[in-house]
Amino acid sequence: MEPSNAVISLRNVHKSFGKQDVLKGVDLDVLKGENVVVLGRSGSGKSVLIKIIAGLLKPDKGSVHVLGEEIDCLRTRELRALRSKLGFSFQNSALYDGMNVRANLEFPLVRNRRDLTRKEIDEAVTKVLDDVGLSQTVDQMPAQLSGGQKKRIGIARTLILKPEIMLYDEPTAGLDPVTSVDINDLIKEVQQLYNTSAVIITHDLTCARFTGDRVVMLSEGRFLRQGSFGEVFKSEDPKIRSFYNYNFIENT
Amino acid sequence: MRVFFLRIYDITQFIGRFFKEAFVPPYEYKEVLNQFFEIGIRSLSIITLTGFITGVVFTKQSRSSLAGFGATAWLPSLIALAIIRALAPLVTALIVAGKVGSNIGAELGSMKVTEQIDAMEVSSTNPFKFLVVSRILATTCIVPVLAIYMGFMGMMGAFLNVYRNEQTGITLFFQQAFSRIDFLDIYVLVLKSAVYGFTIGVTGCFSGYQAEHGTVGVGKAANTSVVVSMFLIFVEEMIIVSLVNNYLK
Repeated sequence: MEPSNAVISLRNVHKSFGKQDVLKGVDLDVLKGENVVVLGRSGSGKSVLIKIIAGLLKPDKGSVHVLGEEIDCLRTRELRALRSKLGFSFQNSALYDGMNVRANLEFPLVRNRRDLTRKEIDEAVTKVLDDVGLSQTVDQMPAQLSGGQKKRIGIARTLILKPEIMLYDEPTAGLDPVTSVDINDLIKEVQQLYNTSAVIITHDLTCARFTGDRVVMLSEGRFLRQGSFGEVFKSEDPKIRSFYNYNFIENT
Repeated sequence: MRVFFLRIYDITQFIGRFFKEAFVPPYEYKEVLNQFFEIGIRSLSIITLTGFITGVVFTKQSRSSLAGFGATAWLPSLIALAIIRALAPLVTALIVAGKVGSNIGAELGSMKVTEQIDAMEVSSTNPFKFLVVSRILATTCIVPVLAIYMGFMGMMGAFLNVYRNEQTGITLFFQQAFSRIDFLDIYVLVLKSAVYGFTIGVTGCFSGYQAEHGTVGVGKAANTSVVVSMFLIFVEEMIIVSLVNNYLK
């Protein structure tokens, strides 16, 4: 039974690639306005999980409900309509190389809101760029941006459609500690400014502690434990301890 | 063998999806026009040059053979037949396959491995329509135009060479050249070129769209799109020429 205010509900989700079982019966509820961090080692199935939520991958078994709709039962057109309410921030930002920042930001807007005037599009672009603090980059190409700036523009591109749910895939991966803190701040700001719920996939404990209202630990395709950051890492489970210790040593 | 048939199945599905998506709104007019420009205008200089050189070289090579029979007067009509029936569509297609096919394969491959295609998908855009349909439509429409242009440049190259050696005037040259050309030749040139353009577009887009395994996959996609489309162009040339000669002449 899913909670009435859940915006994402996964029940007994399984996913395999060939003989490799990546997800082995995952249950998850994300409540409205909540940031849920999914922690786990590389290859634990975190990115597969987030792609299943976005409908980019189909689960082999189980059900996925997003904003009350069962993803698997949607037609292509319905799935596209639902996706306009989701924002997906990719690990490598996935900015369109051939377009400048303005064109990147306009791209989802002009295709989803064909009623908008040129002036309204320009205003929307200016607003999201202000929100991520990168107004000066509007005419730059993605190749001219730093890693942190690319992440911010990637997030801005999703915000332009005013999503109800944000999905962040490794938002701080490959960034220096100072830039990572900036991105963590931005994730919290987005939650407050846009009133979004979010699933944040990461193996960065600082990011998890700072951005997550709730943390779930994924290991070998199953959730080991969930709760607040403190509750999860109080656990004596050797897999959770080793993950915590490794991150601690790495971060120090 | 199983892999081969699976590949054929995938390509058939890919082509089927193209026809399904191409005629269903919303249409990506702006991107199709953009691809017309990218593929057409940017190929013009190389097509101009190769067309001209092809005309000059073919004329020079043919002259010595015809001179042996004292038939250099046949040069204009021989060159026109060769250029319009075979050289213009074939050389244009091979150049576009090398220049544009590899570009499409590499571009879409790079977009695939860097998740840009997924990014379009999750921003509720149809990446197949935006990236694939627009490129296949553009190559299919633009290769015939380029082939006609190359034919013209080839004829100009041939004329300059004939004028220099035989002092034939431009009116006489083109009268002789087109005396052996009929409407069917022009029709087949356009049809063949459209088929080659479609092949280049489908091969480039399919290779790019299926790319995986990072930068290695991008290189492989670019390479596959050139090699496979060139091979298919020759196979199609053989089939079309056989069909035309057997059933239309």
